[in-house]
Amino acid sequence: MSNRFVNILVPIISIILGLLVGAAVMWFSGYNPVMGYIALWNGIFGDMYSIGETIRQISPYILAGLAVAFAFRSGLFNIGVEGQLIVGWFAAAYVGMAFELPKFIHLPLALIAAALAGALWGLIPGILKATLHVHEVIVTIMMNYIALHTVNALIKAVSEGGYKTERIHPTASLRSDFLSNLTDFSTLHYGIFVALAMVAVMWFILEKTKTGFELKSVGFNDHASQYAGMNVKKNIILSMVVSGAFAGLGGAMEALGTFGNMVTRGGFTGIGFDGIAVALLGANTPLGVIFGASLFGSLKYGAGNMPNEAGVPVEIVSIVIALIIFFVASGYIIRVLLSKMKKKKEAK
Amino acid sequence: MSKRKFGLALSMVLAAGTLLGACGTDKAKEKEGSTSTPKEDTFSIAMVTDTGGVDDKSFNQSAWTGIKEYGKENNYTKGDGGFDYLQSKEDADYLPNFNKLVQRDFDLIYGIGFLLKESIEEIATQRPDNKFALVDEVSDLPNVASLMFKEQEGSFLAGVAAAHMTKSDKIGFVGGMDIPVIERFEAGFLAGVASVKPELKVDVQYTGDFAKAELGKALANRMYSSGVDIIFHAAGGSGNGVFSEAKERKKADSNAYVWVIGVDSDQYEEGKIGEDNITLTSMLKRVDIAVKNTADLAAKGDFPGGEVTTFGLADDGIALADSRGAIPQDVLDEVEKFTKQIADGEIEVPEFRAKK
Repeated sequence: MSNRFVNILVPIISIILGLLVGAAVMWFSGYNPVMGYIALWNGIFGDMYSIGETIRQISPYILAGLAVAFAFRSGLFNIGVEGQLIVGWFAAAYVGMAFELPKFIHLPLALIAAALAGALWGLIPGILKATLHVHEVIVTIMMNYIALHTVNALIKAVSEGGYKTERIHPTASLRSDFLSNLTDFSTLHYGIFVALAMVAVMWFILEKTKTGFELKSVGFNDHASQYAGMNVKKNIILSMVVSGAFAGLGGAMEALGTFGNMVTRGGFTGIGFDGIAVALLGANTPLGVIFGASLFGSLKYGAGNMPNEAGVPVEIVSIVIALIIFFVASGYIIRVLLSKMKKKKEAK
Repeated sequence: MSKRKFGLALSMVLAAGTLLGACGTDKAKEKEGSTSTPKEDTFSIAMVTDTGGVDDKSFNQSAWTGIKEYGKENNYTKGDGGFDYLQSKEDADYLPNFNKLVQRDFDLIYGIGFLLKESIEEIATQRPDNKFALVDEVSDLPNVASLMFKEQEGSFLAGVAAAHMTKSDKIGFVGGMDIPVIERFEAGFLAGVASVKPELKVDVQYTGDFAKAELGKALANRMYSSGVDIIFHAAGGSGNGVFSEAKERKKADSNAYVWVIGVDSDQYEEGKIGEDNITLTSMLKRVDIAVKNTADLAAKGDFPGGEVTTFGLADDGIALADSRGAIPQDVLDEVEKFTKQIADGEIEVPEFRAKK
């Protein structure tokens, strides 16, 4: 088997295995797996509305995935994407409602505010890591809680004791009548273009600039990079800041596109944590992140149709979706098995 | 060798999946006969839950009970043309869930909980010919009926009962999110306690979430340890933690004097621990009655769109549950006295907490 063949075969086998095991779960719990998967398919691609909502769901996943992947390329685990996303969400929602400006200023301003808020939330663990060697995993996890509760308090403050911010002005909205009409009133918004633009930005930084080369070099070996005369501290901080900015933009998707405001949250959104899986599925490359986010986003959104159309309960659906993702992620196991089988054949 | 290992791995995954899958079977029964053809003159209804889910043992579940009752009375089946629900796992699910139900042609669609206001208003604007009903929040749209409750009235009675029953003169209140609905619970409860023992100070705490039982348990632990003997919870799923903490204490020492006052549904079953029960009573918020009434009205062509319908003690939308002997008769008489006074309008229970 050629390498190229294996590269294509592995993801296909993984997905089929995931679907089969998922089908078995549905079968044994008394539901029709064929109906279930048809419902899943229809939930993702069934009509324009579903397609619109699926794309809407993918947008924040792309940005969360980029955030994790970018930090990872410099050897940093940014577990704080969740918190950075939440502060970005609030910043965008606040700028969106507090100012009245023409659209071509207001919308970019709200996006920049979100990116800056996320960047600030990434800057703190970055500085601590670079100067004091405090492990970024601990700091970012804790920053998540700080973000969650600080933002809840801020929502209360700006809404004068309420539990949600006022709706953003239309001038800051990513929504458009055009996309909405095209997709039968779905909440699809222009955020997907922002997300794809950021994919290009990440690719450009990493592959085409000296900074990107340094960032990756620090990721491979920071001692060697230091020896080669690179400023490792600066690169660690920069990596976390850019990562946080991506995550903050992910929050802006929710603030300016999907919801148009922010409601006090009791717990995390989960998008930031899923972003870790998205990035790893995509092998931390910009294009891979699009793949990972599409898989996550469409399964997550499409799954909602399984209780609706096929009557499969939400709990079973969660197991099935988790199994599919599990098998896709464990493509490495299949790769090892394939190569072992190959060796055995050769031995014979 | 590798093939055998692979086979073993696969079968283990299958086994694990089946075991986990078995957890969902009792729901399977509910689903039977779900495929029905819509009839001409039916009036079908459906609901979208908030993130608590349909089996939250309180608010959403109560609404679902009302919907099932309506379906049973009219001989409808679960599914298209009859009645159904969709669960929301996160905020972003609300709008797509409404949309799915609209596309399945349900005649009246409920949004359960204040969290769904924005989404219901959005879909109601997009679909002006469809009928919607919103529980716990007010919408001005002509095709949305708003169903509100006077939670403060029932909570007042719970407060009266608690103030009479406490031995340590320490009472606790565990709320979910600090929002207007829960504020009505808190304000009413505090007023009820104060009407009996004005000097008694209630320990008021919020979990900040309706679905985090562990937070409810931690708060309850702290309260009971500080001498509190009765906790009123208005925290949905988080309140289940209050129950488990109280039950643990009762289990460790069957003479322990700990009580929980349940919320929304009759939570007597939640409080069972061996021979004992730690549920003092429950503040019933009859979402089921509200949901069913609205469906009946709408089916007759009197859909109260654009109006706010408020349910309180006077119309049985709010009540205290049967305490099953936990509360002695003289206290019940006292509660009954207040019930009458509130229903007659002699006592006006505050909706908002007193400003500090």
